[in-house]
Amino acid sequence: MNNVFVYCEIEGTTIVDVSLELLSKGRKLANTLGVQLECICAGKGLDGIEKQVFPYGVDKVHVFDAEGLFPYTTNPHASLVVNLFKEEQPQICLLGATVIGRDLGPRISSAMHSGLTADCTELEIDSFEMSIGGVKKFYENQLCQIRPAFGGNIVATIVNPEHRPQMATVREGVMKKEIVDPNYKGEVIKHDVAKYVPETEYVVKVLERHVEKAKHNLKGAPIVVAGGYGMGSKENFDMLFELAKELHAEVGASRAAIDAGFADHDRQIGQTGVTVRPKVYIACGISGQIQHLAGMQDSGIIISVNSDPDAPINAIADYVINGTVEEVIPKMIKYYKANNK
Amino acid sequence: MSLKIVVLAKQVPDTRNVGPDAMTEQGTINRAALPAVFNPEDLNALEQALRLKDQFPGSTISVLTMGLPKSAEVVREALYRGADEGFVVTDRPLGGADTLATSYTLAQAVKKIGDYDIILGGRQAIDGDTAQVGPQIAEKLGLTQVTYAEEILSLDEKARKVVIRRHIDGGVETVEAPLPLVVTVNGSAAPCRPRSAKRLMKFKNATVVAERKPEDAEKYEALIAKKPYLNIPQWGAADIDADPAQIGKAGSPTNVKAVKNIVFKAKESRTLTASDADVEGLIKELLDGKIIG
Ligand SMILES: Cc1cc2nc3c(=O)[nH]c(=O)nc-3n(C[C@H](O)[C@H](O)[C@H](O)COP(=O)(O)OP(=O)(O)OC[C@H]3O[C@@H](n4cnc5c(N)ncnc54)[C@H](O)[C@@H]3O)c2cc1C
Ligand SMILES: Cc1cc2nc3c(=O)[nH]c(=O)nc-3n(C[C@H](O)[C@H](O)[C@H](O)COP(=O)(O)OP(=O)(O)OC[C@H]3O[C@@H](n4cnc5c(N)ncnc54)[C@H](O)[C@@H]3O)c2cc1C
Repeated sequence: MNNVFVYCEIEGTTIVDVSLELLSKGRKLANTLGVQLECICAGKGLDGIEKQVFPYGVDKVHVFDAEGLFPYTTNPHASLVVNLFKEEQPQICLLGATVIGRDLGPRISSAMHSGLTADCTELEIDSFEMSIGGVKKFYENQLCQIRPAFGGNIVATIVNPEHRPQMATVREGVMKKEIVDPNYKGEVIKHDVAKYVPETEYVVKVLERHVEKAKHNLKGAPIVVAGGYGMGSKENFDMLFELAKELHAEVGASRAAIDAGFADHDRQIGQTGVTVRPKVYIACGISGQIQHLAGMQDSGIIISVNSDPDAPINAIADYVINGTVEEVIPKMIKYYKANNK
Repeated sequence: MSLKIVVLAKQVPDTRNVGPDAMTEQGTINRAALPAVFNPEDLNALEQALRLKDQFPGSTISVLTMGLPKSAEVVREALYRGADEGFVVTDRPLGGADTLATSYTLAQAVKKIGDYDIILGGRQAIDGDTAQVGPQIAEKLGLTQVTYAEEILSLDEKARKVVIRRHIDGGVETVEAPLPLVVTVNGSAAPCRPRSAKRLMKFKNATVVAERKPEDAEKYEALIAKKPYLNIPQWGAADIDADPAQIGKAGSPTNVKAVKNIVFKAKESRTLTASDADVEGLIKELLDGKIIG
């Protein structure tokens, strides 16, 4: 009772990264609260699925294994989670801010009448005094859910002290995946799916499904590091991958950089490439021709690294670093590592 | 055969073009400085509705919005583009709603509209950015949902089934779902058709009561007596039979404890050198503002 739950998203029979990241976060929250970490695995052919989650410190795995549970459709998954939660009364529930998590989370929150905070970038436990509905109270050990909103222009801390579970979704790559103990052993509970999901809930049929292991997620990335012809060489361009890895960012490129062979075609940003609207766009050695700007000008914060103080891109940048990429990029990597606790 | 279609449309501040005056002196958002626009993905939803109407003549499209009286602007815009009627839910006690209270209110309003075959909304609004309202409305109405829809491929009225292509992580999926149904439409769906000049002329004076100046009451009365379609129905909490405990702030489990704005004052750029101090200073600033990290 009152434990921390993670809904594990499963592609085929593999638990996706964001769910493992959430297990790591969930473990820490459970430790702070002195409770157990439990997770839900729903799909088909899930024998041995627990092996994928135990190393992250899961105390209890709830397995729902049935024909109709993969591919994911809304109602059966919502129904099993809601019915399980009515028994287990979790205090926290975390889901990936993926297509599935954002389809399922609100449905559960509506059924449980509990708050759900979308796309959290930080989750922490705190105690505080707060006045709700005109009544001031001290609330102990609440989940503080920190999220950007307003197109990334503000960051809000959201709490839901009077309702349980406290629910949050988190994007892939935001939390860090950490193995607690490769030999960690928890309990496996295999549920009778029919008890949780009435036959009438199988209402949507998946007729066709194509999933490609994405090479990158340039379009959805909150931070994009893009390189241009000014990167000078493929070797130099590779520094951007290093910076992007640190920042959990994706790498994009100008057409001139791609034509020069610094990066693959599918990373082109601009009029004839993809359009991105990240929170942060770091343009390295990109002059900022109109065709390139067309694909990134709506980015939140634009940082330009360029040796030419008059490069056109500087006119739309929030920050301009006058300098060569050879000098600046390694420093960005170095100081990010040094200052990101 | 015809369909009853409801389109959910929200008026939002245009967070995509945040200018230098977007923040007040106190550091809060200056909503007045941001132009109010039709939530972009709601236009994609409207287009899917219009396509259904093209395919099933005689269908009706009802646009529903909740917000300030001025959100009647989105209803008018939808009328110009081909919607048949619109409703504005506006009332003091509805303010401060989180997604749960919003979806409860909209679900009550949908019930008041009455019978419906399909409810279309945008995937996500560009201010709250949650994508939660659609699925929550579906749950409240006891319907199933198809989120992240890119195209309604076919609709079989006899079998009461629709086939929809939707975006999923790393790919696409085609699903068959029963009517009635809630569909949220993704930005990758077809863009909305433009206004029709004829419809603009017809509906440009359509208003909700709250938009009308008291001294013009008689003028509007006469106008609406002649052209009833110029009255956009305005509903308050009581009109939709809303439980006061489930609307507005009272009906919202989530509470905003703190807000920090990370918009940099202006789009004026700051120029830095490549020195260690400058680069480290920038990184620290971005980390402190939770912009990276
Ligand atoms: C029809 C059409 C469609 C197009 N579509 C696209 C598109 O979709 N996307 C796109 O990107 N382009 C597109 N282009 C091409 C576009 O016009 C530009 O040619 C291209 O964007 C330039 O790329 P760049 O900024 O990397 O290169 P350049 O313009 O050569 O700029 C290089 C920049 O790097 C700087 N620099 C050089 N050395 C260094 C250093 N050591 N350190 C730091 N800075 C340095 C320079 O000062 C300069 O600003 C299109 C063109 C046409 C005609
Ligand atoms: C900084 C900030 C953070 C917030 N974070 C959260 C949070 O994490 N959780 C939470 O529950 N609430 C949150 N809210 C409140 C939330 O923004 C409001 O409840 C809002 O009314 C609906 O949510 P949304 O804008 O995210 O809509 P979405 O769920 O993104 O909207 C999806 C679709 O629903 C329809 N729709 C939504 N609202 C309306 C409307 N008023 N009229 C007609 N159709 C509509 C539209 O078709 C829209 O495209 C937050 C608000 C702010 C200001």
